[in-house]
Amino acid sequence: MKALVWHGTTDIRCDSVPDPQIEHPRDAIIKVTSCAICGSDLHLYDHFMPGMKSGDIMGHETMGEVVEVGAESKGKLKVGDRVVIPFTIICGECDQCKRGNFSVCERTNRNGHIAAKAFGHTTAGLFGYTHLTGGYPGGQAEYLRVPFADATHIKVPNGIPDEKLLFLSDIFPTGWQAAVQCDIEPTDTVAIWGAGPVGQMAIRSAILLGAKQVIAIDRVPERLDMARAGGAITINFDEESVIERLNELTNGKGPEKCIDAVGMEAHAAGTVDAMYDRVKQATMMETDRPHVLREMAYVCRPAGTLSIPGVYGGLLDKIPFGAIMNKGLTIRTGQTHVNRWTDDLLRRIEEGQIDPSFVITHTVGLNEGPDMYKIFRDKQDGCIKVVLKP
Amino acid sequence: MRYETERTRRRGHADTATDTLARGLGIFSIALGIAEIAAPRALARALGMKGQEGLIAGYGVREIATGIGILASKDPTPWIWGRVAGDGLDLATLATALEGRNPKKGNVGIAMAAVAGMTALDVYCAQTLSRETPHPLPPMQDYSDRTGYPGGIEQSHGAARDFEVPRDFRAPEAMRPYTQPQTPQRPMPSM
Ligand SMILES: NC(=O)c1ccc[n+]([C@@H]2O[C@H](COP(=O)([O-])OP(=O)(O)OC[C@H]3O[C@@H](n4cnc5c(N)ncnc54)[C@H](O)[C@@H]3O)[C@@H](O)[C@H]2O)c1
Ligand SMILES: [Zn+2]
Ligand SMILES: [Zn+2]
Repeated sequence: MKALVWHGTTDIRCDSVPDPQIEHPRDAIIKVTSCAICGSDLHLYDHFMPGMKSGDIMGHETMGEVVEVGAESKGKLKVGDRVVIPFTIICGECDQCKRGNFSVCERTNRNGHIAAKAFGHTTAGLFGYTHLTGGYPGGQAEYLRVPFADATHIKVPNGIPDEKLLFLSDIFPTGWQAAVQCDIEPTDTVAIWGAGPVGQMAIRSAILLGAKQVIAIDRVPERLDMARAGGAITINFDEESVIERLNELTNGKGPEKCIDAVGMEAHAAGTVDAMYDRVKQATMMETDRPHVLREMAYVCRPAGTLSIPGVYGGLLDKIPFGAIMNKGLTIRTGQTHVNRWTDDLLRRIEEGQIDPSFVITHTVGLNEGPDMYKIFRDKQDGCIKVVLKP
Repeated sequence: MRYETERTRRRGHADTATDTLARGLGIFSIALGIAEIAAPRALARALGMKGQEGLIAGYGVREIATGIGILASKDPTPWIWGRVAGDGLDLATLATALEGRNPKKGNVGIAMAAVAGMTALDVYCAQTLSRETPHPLPPMQDYSDRTGYPGGIEQSHGAARDFEVPRDFRAPEAMRPYTQPQTPQRPMPSM
């Protein structure tokens, strides 16, 4: 089959690889109808996140049709079922899964001992996302093997296009959980850093949950444009002081709820045409990334909440914990517990409260995938979300 | 990544610093122009150019027009080149004041040095802009209709208020009085 394969830093190719096989009785094989490139994939593309090996298949936002089911998954899945695959692999049985803390499932990371070294304890296995989280082949491919398939799937009805359902795999529940973590009150101002796909979903989720005012912060004009379409007031952090504007918009009190939808990646973009830009970016890697968290902690209203869906890998520098402690801020973060939210979100899509396909700006075949990685990373051509059709 | 903002994007190039420099030169043009129109006599006296007041005021009009061109146009490049040409004219005119027995030669020399400095800045700015404009960015995509709400935002705003936030994601009870609006309860103790 064809698949997008990681070969090294900024080197992803559309290769021919062996078809996946059932390896365990709980497995199922999916014929992929649609998959997407995620901001998290860019961490791997730029090789910012360690733990990739040449030959690894990319992708964790996938949907398709079940074509083969292992013996132990037969009760839950059958050939022909239409499914969206969550990016977190879950067993459904461990203590964490039972609590709905799916992204920290205790059983699905087959390299759990490595994760435990890095984080103290293991976290869930993830598709196409480094050997730290199991080294499972990803779904930017024609076929995908789904381990623990009896639990690791979201059944979706026929008659709704892929485009409306695909993002149940990751970014929609991620934006949703980011907003839910804020426990939004009707009087709240929710400030969201980053108007990428996750930020866009967080904006819509905060609106659905009834926030009084949603403010989005980014510097890419098209992304700010789309944020405004979703009902957000926008701040271009290149042109305005974020802190000043946020205080202005909240009578000097600061937003009650702050969401970091930027993470480690945004300023890690590598090649650019001009030396000048390269230097500028290199300096930003040092200053701007902790800057988002710092800005949030500083501007957040006392007794407010910092919600952090943005992915961080290791140690962060100069976080103003004094502000966090003395203002009594609550911090909530984590990889998304996808399946905890998807039944409810599927219903909201069916009822027409939201149509997540608004975020798609590019749809291409798998063979154009490697080019799209670069266009998405460089935010060229108005690119916000790429869907691949194997 | 190309470093673009709404402002630079309109200009069709991606370098904020040069953009800012161009704006600065535009403002400088207008300020200088106003000075030349408002006080041509004082300037003429200082430079030992009595009788050329009309010419100086004329140059002032030129400066203001160039300044407005720089600030108002989508692409300031030709206007900055216009400034370069104007600098040449200024230098040539000042050079005539060096001839003969002008007692204010020292002042003229200072003025020429200043204009030469500005010329260098103008040439740098014009060249940088010219290098960038041949590769304008593609026009900005319009996503203003990408709401994501099939029934419109009014219908979706608060549509999920029925959602019950799980206990582990709720704000600590003790914090609620601070994050919620103050309902007038007990009068605050006077300070
Ligand atoms: N928690 C989860 O389970 C989960 C799931 C998916 C994605 N993520 C993470 O969420 C983050 C965002 O994902 P995405 O797909 O939207 O990525 P993206 O790269 O498309 O979006 C990031 C945006 O942040 C903006 N940005 C950069 N610096 C900023 C700053 N200082 N202030 C404000 N905005 C800034 C960038 O311009 C960009 O538009 C990534 O870190 C990704 O790994 C987390
Ligand atoms: Zn993702
Ligand atoms: Zn589990």
